[in-house]
Amino acid sequence: MNKISFNYSKLLLPGILLAILVVLATLPLYGSNYSIVLLTSIIMYVILTVSWALFSGSTGYISLATAAFFGVGIYTSAILGRTFTASILANEYFVVFIVIIGGLISACLAFIVGAITLRLRGIYFAIFTFGLVELIKNLLLWYEVKFTGTRGRFVVVIGNETIYYVILGILLLLLLVTYFIRRSRYGLALESIGEHEEAAAHIGINVTMVKVIIFAISAVFVGMTGSIMAMRWTYIDPYISFDPNLTFLPVLMAIFGGTRQMYGPIIGAVVFAYLEEILLTRFPYYYMLIFGIVLAATILYLPNGLVGVVQKIIARLAGGKHAHSRG
Amino acid sequence: MLQVKNINVFYGRIQVLWDLCLEVKEGEILALVGANGAGKTTLLNTISGIIRPSSGTISFLGRRIDNLPPHEIVQLGISHIPEGRRLFADMSVLENLEMGAYSRGSWKTRQKTLEEVFHLFPRLRERAGQPARTLSGGEQQMLAMGRGLMSKPKLCLIDEPSNGLAPKLVQEVFQIIRSLREQGITILLVEQNVRQTLEIADRACVLENGRIALEGCGEELLKSEHVRKAYLGL
Repeated sequence: MNKISFNYSKLLLPGILLAILVVLATLPLYGSNYSIVLLTSIIMYVILTVSWALFSGSTGYISLATAAFFGVGIYTSAILGRTFTASILANEYFVVFIVIIGGLISACLAFIVGAITLRLRGIYFAIFTFGLVELIKNLLLWYEVKFTGTRGRFVVVIGNETIYYVILGILLLLLLVTYFIRRSRYGLALESIGEHEEAAAHIGINVTMVKVIIFAISAVFVGMTGSIMAMRWTYIDPYISFDPNLTFLPVLMAIFGGTRQMYGPIIGAVVFAYLEEILLTRFPYYYMLIFGIVLAATILYLPNGLVGVVQKIIARLAGGKHAHSRG
Repeated sequence: MLQVKNINVFYGRIQVLWDLCLEVKEGEILALVGANGAGKTTLLNTISGIIRPSSGTISFLGRRIDNLPPHEIVQLGISHIPEGRRLFADMSVLENLEMGAYSRGSWKTRQKTLEEVFHLFPRLRERAGQPARTLSGGEQQMLAMGRGLMSKPKLCLIDEPSNGLAPKLVQEVFQIIRSLREQGITILLVEQNVRQTLEIADRACVLENGRIALEGCGEELLKSEHVRKAYLGL
């Protein structure tokens, strides 16, 4: 009997994941257009949050550059979209090519920025990365007004379903990459950098290299997401593309969910993004206020996020035995 | 095995090591003793590449290493067990040990090395799943040493292993250092615990104000008037 239940529990998690995946993948067949659009935006936040947590959650280097990588993706898509309009109209999945380029350009930017700034500790790194968002935004504003004469750009429009499938694909890729990084020695290396960077150097980790490469990898997915979301927004300008909210929300979502486990940021982003949608539609005037209160409460009372609370409850339920064996 | 030649090291404008020369021979325990601020830890950090000397050379097994980054020096076979243990407090004992084998080469054989380390420190096997911060001081020092051994070093730089330990544990730590030498690992040991250190060391150097003041075999130094006065309080 025991053996059978053991096998079941082993299959439980992959089973649930597979079920979620099937539901998500078949959603356009039966879901309303609204549900597709809503899920697209939830998945966007999940990607931004998991990417952020991949680097910042484990190393403790707080990156505020998410909006910069996202905006770079958006502009890649706006510029390339105009060049390749004919190809996109012929086959909507041509956008995958543009999305990949958007991701790679973001990664290059992250690599350069990382190589310059990841020697800075703590708050200096955070400030620099946030400065990057403003720098690129203002540079673009200046360029657009001076040379193109208009502030914004129109982006090629494609179907919501295509956007949904592409963003779902990006999410799957990100989850796979995150899973394998966390399980590899690089995952442990990231964590050890977060715990004690000097000791990590002592035992032979090339700390700068590990930081820069993981930072660049995390930027790939942010850039890709920006590239595909640009096509949903159809009109973009530097203010829309380099929106500081896209820097701060993923940080808050990750903290809300808890950054210790891989699923913490996912849960945080899903709950938070859905909450945002409800608050925005039900209480349009108080939405920011309620948002703020939820956040303050999270930081004050849930230091390990939602996942931390759940684990505490589980530990308390199963706690009797542990307490005895410890004592 | 390790040659340090005429190195000068500065922190900003303050010179810490002055034209320092040192040689560690294969298979020995070389002890480096001296007061606080004499430059012992600085010397170890310079050897392991954390700090760059402004002049002079360091070579290991005939290869210059003073211009290499720390992770390459670890790969060549020098392991640094730092002062104050520097463990990854919230990671488990097992993860701490695995991180010690991070270097290319030693990662592949980490299971086998792990068995050897567990054999040397049976307590660590019992505690493998616990976060490192829950260990006692002695166990933490064992873990720091175990982690240092996971990279399969030829030369171990051990900084103040007796720091903050009860006398009985100090004995144990020194016993282990001796057994490492018997396994063929060369050791450069930095200590403030002068008497016990000189008893297990093959040779010893006294570092004063960033210079080598005395050098000799352990027993010689124990008898030296200067050492007895300055370090043993006799």
